Amino acid sequence: MAELSYRDAVAAGIAQEMARDERVVFLGEDIGAAGGVFKTTVGLLDRFGPRRVRDTPISELAILGAAMGAAMTGLRPIAEIMFSDFLACCWDYVANEISKTRYMTNGQFTMPLVIRTANGAGSRFGAQHSQSVENWAMAIPGIKVVAPATPADVKGLLAAAIRDPDPVLFFEHKSLYSLKGEVPDGEHVEALGRAKVLRRGDDITIVALAAMVPRALQAADILQAQHGISATVIDLRSLVPLDTQTLLAEVTRTGRLFTVEENPRLCGWGAEISSIVTEECFFDLDQPVVRISTPHIPIPAADALEDAVIPSTARIVTEVLRAVDFRPGAARGI
Amino acid sequence: MESIPLPIRLTLYKLLVELRYCEKRAHDLFLQNLVKGTSHLALGQEAIAAGFGLAMEKGDYTFCTYRGHHHTLARGAPMCGVLGELMGRQCGLLAGKGGSMHLTSVKHGVMGSYAIVGGHLPIAVGAAWSAQYRGSRQAAVAFFGDGTTNIGAFHEALNLAAVWKLPAIFVCENNLYMEYTPIRNVTAVEHPAADRAASYGLPAIVVDGNDVDAVYLAAGAALARARAGDGPSLIECKTYRHSGHSRADPAKYRPAAEVESWLERDPLPTYRARLLAHGVPESNLTNIERDVLAEVDRATEAAKASPPPAIESAFTDVWADGGAQWRN
Repeated sequence: MAELSYRDAVAAGIAQEMARDERVVFLGEDIGAAGGVFKTTVGLLDRFGPRRVRDTPISELAILGAAMGAAMTGLRPIAEIMFSDFLACCWDYVANEISKTRYMTNGQFTMPLVIRTANGAGSRFGAQHSQSVENWAMAIPGIKVVAPATPADVKGLLAAAIRDPDPVLFFEHKSLYSLKGEVPDGEHVEALGRAKVLRRGDDITIVALAAMVPRALQAADILQAQHGISATVIDLRSLVPLDTQTLLAEVTRTGRLFTVEENPRLCGWGAEISSIVTEECFFDLDQPVVRISTPHIPIPAADALEDAVIPSTARIVTEVLRAVDFRPGAARGI
Repeated sequence: MESIPLPIRLTLYKLLVELRYCEKRAHDLFLQNLVKGTSHLALGQEAIAAGFGLAMEKGDYTFCTYRGHHHTLARGAPMCGVLGELMGRQCGLLAGKGGSMHLTSVKHGVMGSYAIVGGHLPIAVGAAWSAQYRGSRQAAVAFFGDGTTNIGAFHEALNLAAVWKLPAIFVCENNLYMEYTPIRNVTAVEHPAADRAASYGLPAIVVDGNDVDAVYLAAGAALARARAGDGPSLIECKTYRHSGHSRADPAKYRPAAEVESWLERDPLPTYRARLLAHGVPESNLTNIERDVLAEVDRATEAAKASPPPAIESAFTDVWADGGAQWRN
């Protein structure tokens, strides 16, 4: 095991796949000579050369369109969209072209491509560079949606996304880039569509994604130490495919579910999960599902404001306590 | 024009007749309520598809718009597959899952018809990039209307293709109307495509898009340039659609005199007259016309006889594993 930052795990995952498969090519703005604006792609140009690592103009339509055309004709491109907010500039490709062409052509094409993008808040960049837009993506049939929370998962899930025959939208979280963690030595590939139970508790289940995962874990520690509440924490890792089996098993066991979502409230991914849980294990629930999300507002820039609106460890603890205290009769000894 | 051998010219004529007759049949089937949804006919614009279709080699890529029946047929896709798709039948090129605006036949090099204006230009750039990367001799040809020249994807695609010197050919079918609005009313330059070529370091090329010989020669030159590694081409073909933008449009906004003058330049009768003037016996041409009509009739009957697709097929091929599962 080597310790890598989440940032360096991006380049490690891309390099692992480019080294094993000549069809893998990489394009985006400032990804080559500059090493990426978040320094996630340092060294790739030197190692693989300008034929495979291509700097593009500021042309998001051309980046995703070119990636799609290349994927349809035998390559396995990785396209970087610098900030996930900029997906709005090329949403035609995500929503209309890349995701639907296999279906519309009755399976004449496969679309093995990965769109990597920096998602989420924490950098005080304001409303056009801080959004969590994973819920936009999961609303579209035909594209997989992955969001890792650890350096090991960045490498392993990115490798899996590159090998996958379907298009994958890969959300890296910009506030996690400096996070360090152990990454398995040698070739590392995870499976897409499997959630991970990070800790197992008996009283409640907290499900989280990306930067909300470490916060959920901290909240679980506090709930255990200070309030005697034993929490399961699930890192979803992937919204499409969605690992409902892991989720339903834990919710059935604990009877209480909390989602921790960075996306704005309306139609956030937790709404779909809440719907599934309500339909499929309603009688195992001891309380309504509680969604802890960013409010339905644009992300403000000032540090005090941004910190106030993104779900924090303290807010998760507070919401859990409020919910379990509100219905003491339903509590399983808590 | 003398440089084009007679067998090629007869093939061009046959292609023109195929595209015209099949497109007319599509219109007839629509009037019989057998073609559902919308359809965008290319009547009047066949010379562009025929000229390029014949000049392109088997491995080359065609990317076209929702007005793409003619380009799809010009690469050799079967008429029954085209008409069947318009009619929502099992025999359709896409087995009914795409419809008129998305005709695709990968085995014929037809890499899709795209219904979002301009969307396919960057995709064609990607296919050209892939050809360059793989060292194949393939070229990618994207056909689009004059209205496309005012959308961002056009400019992003042209710039990237020029910067990367890709084997891509951009063919503007300038039929003078973006949809219902004259292109000159909404465009700052006279030639919506050619006048923009300089922005990408490309020569301005304007071709009579109703002259199949001229299109064929322009296509050959652009394909040779692409295969030589000399980069993309942008070609503006002047043409005119005989019908409205789509089935919903009677095209009453066009001056009668303008329509009349363009009908006089209809690519079919003009080419027929040219071949006769060059000494081709008329019987050769009537034989072609008779055979094509019989082929269109056979394709029509086959499409009518084809069943609707099985309902289960609505749930296939969202993913590469053939299914539609999004959860376990």
